Order: sequence, then C-alpha cells, then structure tokens
Amino acid sequence: MSIPENLKYTNSHEWLQIDGDVATIGITDHAQAELGDIVYLELPEAGRVLQKEEVFGTVESVKAVSELYSPVSGEVIETNAPLCDATETINKDPYNTAWLLKVKVSKPDELNDLMDAKAYSKLIEE
Amino acid sequence: MKEKTVFELSVAGRKGVTLSDCDVPSKPLEDLLGEENLRDSLPMPELSEMDTVRHFTALSRNNYSIDNGFYPLGSCTMKYNPKMNEAIAKMPGFAGLHPLQFEETIQGALELIEHLERILTEIAGMYACSVQPAAGAHGELLGLMMIHAYHKSRGDDQREWVLIPDSAHGTNPASAARCGFKVKSVPTNSEGLTDVQALKRMLNDTVAAFMLTNPNTTGLFEKDICTICDVVHQSGGLVYCDGANMNALLGIARPGDMGFDVMHFNLHKTFSTPHGGGGPGCGAVAVTKKLEPFLPTPRIERARDQYRLNYDRPQSIGRIHSFYGAFLVAVRAYAYIRNLGADGLRQVAEMAVLNANYIRSKMKDAYEIPHDRFCMHEVVLSASHQKKTCGVRALDISKRLMDYGYHPPTNYFPLIIPEALMIEPTETENKETLDAFCDAMLSIAKEADENPDILISAPHNTDIGRLNETVALKQLNVNWLTHHKEKKDA
Repeated sequence: MSIPENLKYTNSHEWLQIDGDVATIGITDHAQAELGDIVYLELPEAGRVLQKEEVFGTVESVKAVSELYSPVSGEVIETNAPLCDATETINKDPYNTAWLLKVKVSKPDELNDLMDAKAYSKLIEE
Repeated sequence: MKEKTVFELSVAGRKGVTLSDCDVPSKPLEDLLGEENLRDSLPMPELSEMDTVRHFTALSRNNYSIDNGFYPLGSCTMKYNPKMNEAIAKMPGFAGLHPLQFEETIQGALELIEHLERILTEIAGMYACSVQPAAGAHGELLGLMMIHAYHKSRGDDQREWVLIPDSAHGTNPASAARCGFKVKSVPTNSEGLTDVQALKRMLNDTVAAFMLTNPNTTGLFEKDICTICDVVHQSGGLVYCDGANMNALLGIARPGDMGFDVMHFNLHKTFSTPHGGGGPGCGAVAVTKKLEPFLPTPRIERARDQYRLNYDRPQSIGRIHSFYGAFLVAVRAYAYIRNLGADGLRQVAEMAVLNANYIRSKMKDAYEIPHDRFCMHEVVLSASHQKKTCGVRALDISKRLMDYGYHPPTNYFPLIIPEALMIEPTETENKETLDAFCDAMLSIAKEADENPDILISAPHNTDIGRLNETVALKQLNVNWLTHHKEKKDA
C-alpha cells in the first residue's frame, strides 16, 4: 500500500498536498483499493466555497457509493473534470494524475489537524 | 462450453418451419408492401427447430435457482416458494379476474385481500394494513408519505429529517430522499446495534422519523428497541420498521408491540411469493391507529356481508398503485399463511434462526464473525482475516463458491462490516444441505491459506469466468448486432 511521505491524510482517506496556500486533494491508495473499480465520480464546480469536512463529491465503485469530504476550508479553484470520464485512473494512479480538487486554503490552522504518512499508515493497519 | 448466440448459430437459408403451399396466387413482397418499405438491416437468425430447442435448453440449464441448489442469499433474493401457492394463484377464479370488474362480481377476491390485510395487521401487532405497494421500497415510500402527512396534519411542518442507521438497506435513505426528507446517518455501536446515546443526541423537533430494520442487517436483534421507540416518540418523531427481516420474528415478536408506528412487509420475502426479475412483489404496509386515516385509497371495507372499495377518505395520501396492487402475489401469500397457520409461521422463524446459528457455529473457526453471539435469521461473516493473511477477499470467496456449485451469498453488505459475507440459509434447508455448504466454505478457507491463487482467479468451473464489472457498468451492451458491428469496426 503506497503512502507517500510528502502528503497529509484524513480519517476519511483523502490525501492533501500543500503548495503555498493551495491544497491539492485526492483519495488514497488504500481508499481506492477498498472501493474496488471506480465507475463514477462527481466533483463540485470551481468557485464553490467548502467548509472543512463538508461533502464535496461522490465516488462510486462496483461495491459501494462513498462521499468525499474536504480536509480543509477554502474555495475550489480547479477540479480535475476529465477524471469523471476516466475514473479507472483513480484506481491506477491515485496520488498523481487522479488528483480531484485544488482548494485555496482559507484557514491554514486546519492543516495541523491532518495526519502525516506515519499516523495514516497506523490508522489503516487497525 | 460457452453457448453461442442465435446469431452466431445462424446459417443463411436454414429454416425452422416449412409452410404448406399457398392456396392463393403469390405475389412478390415488393408488390405487397412497396419496395421502399423493405430493408435488410435487421437480419433474423436462421436456425432449424432442433437447433433452436437445443440452444434455449442449453441457456436454461445455465440458470441457478433454488429449485436446483442451495441459495445462501436467503429470503432477500428468493426463499423456497411452495408449488402449491403457484397452483392456487393459477386457479381461474383468481387468474381470470379483470381489474375493471364490478365490486359485486369480485367479492371473493376482495374478501381474500381484506382477510390477508387483517392477518398481516395481527402479525405486525398494528391497527390496519394495505397490500397496495408493489415492493419493499414502494412500501417505504408509502410509510414515509404517511409520516409526512401525519406531521403536517398536526401543523408540525418543520420535521424535515429522517434518521437512519449506517447499517441500513440502501433503499431507506433513497425512499426518504424521494419523499423530500433530508437524511442523517445514526452510528452503530461496537455490539453491532444502534447507538442509542448517539440517536438521542440527534433527536429534536425537526426529526420526522427514525427508520430501523429489526433484526438489523448484521443479523442481530435490536434489544434496546423499546427504549429507541420511546426516545423517538418523546421527541415527537415516529418510528418506521423496515420489515425485510421479518423471517426471524414471525409469530414470536411483533413490531407494533416494540413501539413501531408503521412497517412494511415484503410478502415476496417473508411470505414466499416469487420476486425474480424485479417483480411483481408486494410491500404491504401496516400502521398503528394514528396513521390509519392516511392509508392509500381505495380501502377494502366490509358492510353487511358485502365488500366494497371505499375511496372517500379525505386524509388519505391517495393512490399508490393502479387497481389494488399485485393481486396474485396476495393470493400466494394468503395461501402460504393459511397453509402454515399460526404455529407453522412461528416454526418458520424458529427454523430460520436455528439454521443461521448452525452455520455460524460451524464457520467460527475459519472465518471472523464480527459480532459472535446468537444471531437471528442470518449471520454476517468477515473475510478480513483472509484478506490480511493471504490477500483473499470476500469477492474471491464468493466466486470460488460457484466452483463448488453454490450461488454466492450477499457480499460487501452491510457496509459497516469490512469484507462482509452475509449468509441467510432460510428455514427450508435440512441439516445435510447446511453441512455440505459449510464443508465447501471450510474447504475454501483452507484453500485461501494454501493456494490463494485458486480463489483469486475463480470461478473455474463455470461457463464464463470472472466478469469485468467495470465494463459491465460503464459500457453495457446487450445488443448483439451493435456489439458485432463494434467488433468488426475495431
């Protein structure tokens, strides 16, 4: 199971990469493996303002439908819309080409609540 | 061997029937229909009668049904339907009725429905019942519409939330959303039951109802049900019982006595009527006295030895089905109930629970059982141990079961149990059948340890191996002609 060191993680299995005040968000390798083949993805429009832990989208696999939760508060500045037509990419490359959203972080303090790779790897071992 | 399609078996010019010579002068087709109306873009398969019979017989033998083997999906998909019910439903007095006949000519049918509704009311421990809804989810929608109408009739307009446990059937939140409610999920505690403290914290005067399946989807009886109903009632909400699991309770416990206000039965689960292929089924709804005025019209009523359809019910939510639901399903359920009687129904529940616990006790050394105590009519195993130690998942175990000649059980449900395998044997299976199934499950657990690849690549003994479910979902094509064309173009 891949858990890159440079990312932050949530309990609900999203990852987040910080670049200045922009956070790139996706779902983890563990999440895609648990879901199985992903067949449907719904993402918000750019410009929507999200609160931390707010549902920002839906991901559906052959097994189940899951909601996606924003790890931080902020405005959606870009979404990976082409991914909605190529959902298998999420299974193949969850940390790179299958990023979901870029959010302009409005409350940087919230980043402190996220897990590092070590803590996340402990969470999924349980 | 994989059976070819009729199109692949087709040979140009081959015929299944020979027509006798025409006794009037024949004319070319072009003259009869006009040349512009003739086309050759829809080729029909050309086969002999023998080839056609063999083709469809071969396909029919690929069916798996409860008539040729054990079905661990249980009542959820199809418990055994006694053949007598079919014979009764085919009697001309039932099957030959027309839905537009006058009331006085269908007194027997109305009597049967009215009697069935009274029996179901008694089994539910409630006040009245309607067999109009065509399915469980349809019953849920009706129940929620009545709950909505009830609150509205009291001026309680702000109740917009329906609370539903995270273990619930997916239809519960779907029905609530369809009815215009907003949905919040109530957590399950470590015992596999509704977290009553969490539920209490979520209750207030904006909650219209709490929906609960009892026994719940982990196969466990919600033992705090009376407290649950009390706290919901204290906050002014109503409690809806999803009766999908009534097979465990028949004749033993009644939802009305537990405090539920409204429930649906799945006659096609509990009362043994067929429901393959999407219906018709029957999601009969029973209600307590306070919801009775809202039941759908028409209601069947008896006055001076005559049954009639009453449409004059001002508080009713209206019609929920054309005519009076799926009548012949009601006939089958009535035959089933009358044949078994009260003692027989109780025995159904007892045997269903006994059989599930027999399987549980035989499985517990080989599979993880998240809540290992007495279960009701179904037991939920988890393949978490197999996944961790040998990379074998619930899906692989299910697929491997097909090699042993069994239909796979429900997998990955309930969602709160990882790698879930839900097994519901039902009451009709004998010990020999259960033993043979358990032996297969134990043998598969052993294979998972010793040779996991045989599971991961299963099934091996079926005509078609593991299907690509993603392609099936995203690029479903059941039309041979377009499939063939795509293949040719590629």
